[in-house]
Amino acid sequence: MRPGIIWRFVGVVAIVVVCALAIWKLPINLGLDLRGGTRMILEARDTETIKADDDAVSRAKEVIERRVNQLGVAEPVIYRQGARRIIVELAGVKDPHRAREIIGRTAQLEFRDERGNIIMTGNDLKTAVAGYDQYSRPAVNFELTLEGARKFEKATLDNIGRRIAIYLDEELLSAPVVQTVIKDKGQITGLGSMDRAKDLSMMLRAGALPVPLEVLHAEVLEPTLGQEAIDQSKVAAAIGAGLVIMFMLLIYKFPGFVADIALLIYAVIVMAALVSLKAVLTLPGIAGLILSVGMAVDANVIIFERIKEELRGGKRIRAAIEGGFTRAFGCILDSNVTTLITAGALYVFGSGAVRGFAVTLGLGIAASMFTAVVVTKLILVSIVDRNPEKYREYFGV
Amino acid sequence: MDIIGKRRTYLAISAILVVIGIITLGVRGLNLGVDFTGGSLIRLRFDKSVSASEVSHVLTSSALADMNLKKAVIQPIRGTSDVQIRAQVEGKPLSSEQVNRIVDELSAGFGAVSLVESQMVEAVIGKELLNKAILAITLSCLGIVAYVSLRFEFKFGVASVLALIHDTILVLGVFAFLGRQVNSPFIAAILTIIGYSINDTIVIYDKIRENLKFRKKETVEEIANNSILQTLTRSINTVLTTLLAVLALYFFGGASIKDFSLAIILGLLVGTYSSICIAPSIWVEWTLRDRERKRRQVVSGRTSPKEA
Repeated sequence: MRPGIIWRFVGVVAIVVVCALAIWKLPINLGLDLRGGTRMILEARDTETIKADDDAVSRAKEVIERRVNQLGVAEPVIYRQGARRIIVELAGVKDPHRAREIIGRTAQLEFRDERGNIIMTGNDLKTAVAGYDQYSRPAVNFELTLEGARKFEKATLDNIGRRIAIYLDEELLSAPVVQTVIKDKGQITGLGSMDRAKDLSMMLRAGALPVPLEVLHAEVLEPTLGQEAIDQSKVAAAIGAGLVIMFMLLIYKFPGFVADIALLIYAVIVMAALVSLKAVLTLPGIAGLILSVGMAVDANVIIFERIKEELRGGKRIRAAIEGGFTRAFGCILDSNVTTLITAGALYVFGSGAVRGFAVTLGLGIAASMFTAVVVTKLILVSIVDRNPEKYREYFGV
Repeated sequence: MDIIGKRRTYLAISAILVVIGIITLGVRGLNLGVDFTGGSLIRLRFDKSVSASEVSHVLTSSALADMNLKKAVIQPIRGTSDVQIRAQVEGKPLSSEQVNRIVDELSAGFGAVSLVESQMVEAVIGKELLNKAILAITLSCLGIVAYVSLRFEFKFGVASVLALIHDTILVLGVFAFLGRQVNSPFIAAILTIIGYSINDTIVIYDKIRENLKFRKKETVEEIANNSILQTLTRSINTVLTTLLAVLALYFFGGASIKDFSLAIILGLLVGTYSSICIAPSIWVEWTLRDRERKRRQVVSGRTSPKEA
């Protein structure tokens, strides 16, 4: 082998090793359709008193962030879109349906006297903890801030013997009769279940939303469903790749074998690119990868057909390989650029799962060009160099 | 094999197919998914498999009468004990409370039922997504015309986009006929088909471009036909490898990816056909007419200079 080829060989091996290391070490960033989770589009609404302006929407976003923190999601994605929208993506949250509930609720807590005057709100609470009342019914125990305590003390003093009603988002939770003056502690009952008490305490700690948010879109997937999708995709990927590999061997024999090796290297590079770019792998994304296996072979097929043509035209094998690659390159480039255009359109169109597909498709195209033009050529040349005339017949010419 | 010689037959067949496709689309309409129409879709997991009518019985029972779920579409998912329900209440997606009530009622009737997936979409968002989908498809078509015109010639660009529209209409028509669901992954499939079909077309154009340079003696028809034949092995082998991969996806990839795979399988077949038979035929037809027109202009220019 000539030194130039040896160096290129070392280069390719190094790339493969680095890629393999990346796949081994870095986690795969699975989308919510593969690990469960929720994705929501929320839109702020005006109330009679508060306008959903930029400030209100930012504060709403902060409240959501605090709520999500309490849920313990590893990498929540929360961002604003346009003037009034907030997008929340929680992949891998344990109980996504509950998360959706907690995020979407306004959680405006109000204490009102019998005439309907607001005594205090959830903002006057310092802490809130789920627990049980004296009849061991689920309850939320709270402590008040200094100002809250002052308000509550006055209100309870004025209302002894009368009822103080507690409303959550206009829903009456309970309306206990005031027995004695209360200063800085209290209890909310009428919650029905312990889960609800826990959720409410969590929302109270994170604060109420300054303006109500309407849920325009909510997608929720339980993790079990994602695991099933992963298992099925693995089977499909293995069978698909196996069939393609066998097909190439059967049809193209020796060059097919080379293309198969290129295909394996291609798979390693694509996966490595996915994990190192922290791209999100979704179910359509996996479909894109499987599909790209079929398409990755295409560049090789084009090249082999070109090499055959060159050989038929009477060229020697080395010259035919060089010529085949050179002449195939324009064609491969043009056909891949157009596919990249559609992948770009998909990226712009899509959100979540579809965007994941666009990413794998785009990466797949770039990686397939690299493996076909660099790796396949290198392997072909280095093998053929050993015995040029013998390998000529392997091309079936 | 003389494909270009029979180009009028192929063009006629395709024109008829496209017309049938458009009529099917008009008559049957597309079964748009909740992500486009708005509404809600929930997937429930039962302990044992239940039939759609059993579920429907519970949904229309008096306990849930206020939600008026008579129009809910209930679909058991094959190979699982899951059931998918698509419903709206007064044109709005179901609220969480409403979903919980459905789950509770079904649990009372069938034992443990759990909610494994839910999707709630307001009509506004659906409309936005649909607009984005149309925009994405239009943009990629324009992008392709521009790129192909730049690298080849304008006629190639237009011919290939006509072939792409042909592919898209046929796949949409089959989906309308089968009543399969058109959702956002389907749009991804359509764009993939577009990308794939153009890929195929370009390989043939590339050959035509090369042959135009080196084989000056051949007619346009001969050049086009020879170019198709020279790239035929590649076209067929590539579609076969991709088809193998997608078939694996269709049969083993699970229920949620089935419609997506089906769209791609259809698109691969239609796309390969249009790349081989339609796109080059349109180009040949156009080029010939163009030359004919120019020749006439030259001739008429010579005979009656006053007119010019």
